[in-house]
Amino acid sequence: MNSELLSWGRYPHFPQTPHSVSWRSQVGATLETLQRTAGTTLPFGNGRSYGDSCLAESDHVLSMRLLDRFIAADWDRGVVMVEPGMTLGELLALAVPKGWFLRVTPGTRFVTVGGAIANDVHGKNHHRQGTFGCHVSRFGLWRSEQGLLNCSAQENPDLYRATIGGLGLTGIIVWAEIHLARINSSRIRFVTERFDSIDEFFALSDELDSTYEFSVAWVDCTAKGSSAGRGVFSAGEFANDGALSASGDRKITVPVTPPFSLINKLSLRLFNAAYWRRHPRKRRSGSAGYEPFLYPLDAILHWNRIYGRKGFQQYQCVLPPDAAESGTKALLQTIANSGNGSFLAVLKRFGDLRSPGLLSFPRPGVTLALDFRNEPRLEGGLFPRLDSIVRDAGGRLYPAKDAHIGAADFRDSYPEWRELERLRDPAVNSRFWKRVTQ
Amino acid sequence: MKRYLVIGATSAIAQACCRRWLVKQQDGGGASPVEFFLVGRSAEKLEQVAADLLGRGAQTAHWKAVDLNEMASQPRFLEEAQAALGTIDVALIAHGTLPDQKHCETDADTAVREFWINAVVTIALLTRVADIFAAQGSGVIAVITSVAGDRGRPSNYLYGSAKAAVSTFCEGLRARLCRQGVHVMDIRPGFVDTPMTKGLKLPGLLVSTPDRVARLIAAGIDRKKNVLYVPKYWALILWIIRSIPTPIFKRLSL
Repeated sequence: MNSELLSWGRYPHFPQTPHSVSWRSQVGATLETLQRTAGTTLPFGNGRSYGDSCLAESDHVLSMRLLDRFIAADWDRGVVMVEPGMTLGELLALAVPKGWFLRVTPGTRFVTVGGAIANDVHGKNHHRQGTFGCHVSRFGLWRSEQGLLNCSAQENPDLYRATIGGLGLTGIIVWAEIHLARINSSRIRFVTERFDSIDEFFALSDELDSTYEFSVAWVDCTAKGSSAGRGVFSAGEFANDGALSASGDRKITVPVTPPFSLINKLSLRLFNAAYWRRHPRKRRSGSAGYEPFLYPLDAILHWNRIYGRKGFQQYQCVLPPDAAESGTKALLQTIANSGNGSFLAVLKRFGDLRSPGLLSFPRPGVTLALDFRNEPRLEGGLFPRLDSIVRDAGGRLYPAKDAHIGAADFRDSYPEWRELERLRDPAVNSRFWKRVTQ
Repeated sequence: MKRYLVIGATSAIAQACCRRWLVKQQDGGGASPVEFFLVGRSAEKLEQVAADLLGRGAQTAHWKAVDLNEMASQPRFLEEAQAALGTIDVALIAHGTLPDQKHCETDADTAVREFWINAVVTIALLTRVADIFAAQGSGVIAVITSVAGDRGRPSNYLYGSAKAAVSTFCEGLRARLCRQGVHVMDIRPGFVDTPMTKGLKLPGLLVSTPDRVARLIAAGIDRKKNVLYVPKYWALILWIIRSIPTPIFKRLSL
C-alpha cells in the first residue's frame, strides 16, 4: 500500500512516491536502487516540512517512517539511541513517565527524529537550550559511496556539522543518539500577559526569558494603527512536582480538504480580535499539561487542510538583534496592510547558543513565523516586500518552511551552502536544493 | 509478570502487538514486568526487535533465530522458551507469507510449499504449543489467520485455503483445551499496511495500520475472544461474502 505524499503546506504540488525501508540493513540497497532508477532521492520522515525542502528532486522519496525502533535506551542517564523514523511524540510517550523530556522540541511532536536533525529544529526554549542538534551527540549516516559512517564532533566532524540542519542532503541518517532533560512533572507552570505593542513584547521578553525555560508570543497580524503589534506573551517551565503522565489520545481531525480555504480576511480579523480579548491584560499564572502548552496544534489532526486544496505557505524569518524591533514592526505593518495572514503568527526571541549545524537557521535575534493561504498574490506581491525587509535587516528565512525564496537571497544569507553542496551525497537531492543552488 | 512467546516476531503486526503490551503495562503503572521470547528467521532483525522492546520497558527480550519450516527445530526452541519464561501467558503465532496466487496456480511445487509454510508448519507449532499450555493449565494461544480463510476466492485461494485449515484446526483445538483452562484465539485481520502487503493495490478506506490492529488484538486477548475480526467491520464484510450464493459467487472475480 503506497499512497502519494505531499509536504505539510500542500504546496508546491509535487506528489512524492514513497519507497519504504523497514530495517536498517535495507537502507543501502534501497538507496542504490533509487539512485539507479530515479537518479536521486531524499529521505522523508513524517512530512511536516512546509514547502519543498522535503520533496525529492526525482519525486521518489526514501520513506524512513517505519524505522521507528529504539536501539538502546539508558533511562538512568537520559540518553537514547533510536532509529530516525521515530516521532518525537512516540519518544515522549515512553520518556515522560520515566521523568525525561526532549531538551528541545518544535511546536509539533509529529516530526521524526531524522527530520528534527535535518532541519535542526528549535522551540520555545531556544534562549536556554539552543537547537535540537545541540543535543544529538552522534549519529550513523549512510552515504551512497562510503556506506555507514559514525558522525560526531570528533568522528567525521564535517559530516556531523553538515548533517545537522543539512536538509537530508548529506546521506541517510540510520540512527541517532539523543540526550534528554530531567523533568519532575509533566505539567507546565505558565504566565500569560497581553501586550499592546512590539516595544512591550521586547520588554516582556527581556524580563521573562531569563527566568523561564519556555517563552513565545502570539501576535495579531491583522491589527493596524494604534493596536499594531499587539499580542499575547506566554512563558512557562516544568513544575517541580506532580504526576508524570504522557499525553492522551483525544484529538479532533479535519477529515477532508475543503475545495476552498476556510481562512479569509473576515474570519481572520474576527478570530484574532477575539483571541486577543480572551487573554488577560494583567499577568496571570496557571498550569497546564505539556501538550496544550507546547503542542497546541497537535490537538487538531490534519489542520493544514483548513487552507483548502491550494494549500498554504509559511513565512518564517529571523532578524538580527540590532534590526529586530524596527524590522518586526515593518514586517507586521506590511502584512496587516495586505490583509492576509493567519491565526498563527508567532514571535520569539532566539538566544545566542550556537548550533553545531552548518546551515542551522536560528541565530541571535527575533523570529517571526506566520501562515498564509496560498494564492498567486503572495509570490507576486507580499512575499517580495517581506523579503526585502528581511534582506535589508540582514535576516534570513527558514528552509524547512520555505517554498518561495530566491536563489540569490538564499545563497547570500546562507554562505555555508557551498560547503553543504560539497558534502551532499550524490544520490540525494531535493526540489528545494535544486531551486536555490542549481 | 506477563510472559509472551511470539513466533514470527519480526512481522509488522507482531512487533506492534509487543509494543502494545508494553504500553498497557506502562498505563497500568508499570508494576508488572513484561518478558518476551521472540522467534523468527533473521537473527539481525530479531536482535533489533528485542533491543526496541527493551528500550520500551520490557524486562527481558530473549530471541532465537530458527527456520520454522524445519519441523525438527520446533521442539528445541519451545523448550528454550519454556526454560527462559517459565509459565507462558500468551503465545502469539504470526508466522506466514503472502504467496503469489498467480504463480501458485500454475506451479504445483510453489502451491504446496506455500501451503506447507502457512498451514502445515503452523498446525505443527500449534500442536506443540498446545501441549505446553495444556500442561500449564493456563494461557492464551493467539494465532493470526486471515479473513481470506472465510471463503475461497479466485484472487487468493491458496493463501485462503491454508488460513482456513488453520482456522478450522483452531476451532477444534479451542474446544479441546477450554476445559483445561487454555484459550485459543483465531485472529482474522483484513487489509493491513505492512511490508507484506507492500506493492499491492488495496482499497484505502479498508486498510488498517499495524498499530490499530495490535490494539484490537491486545484487547481481544484480554476479553478471550474466540474469533476476532480486525477491525470488526470485516465480520460484516465476510458475512456478506459468505452469503453470496455459489452460482453468483463463482462469476464474481473477488
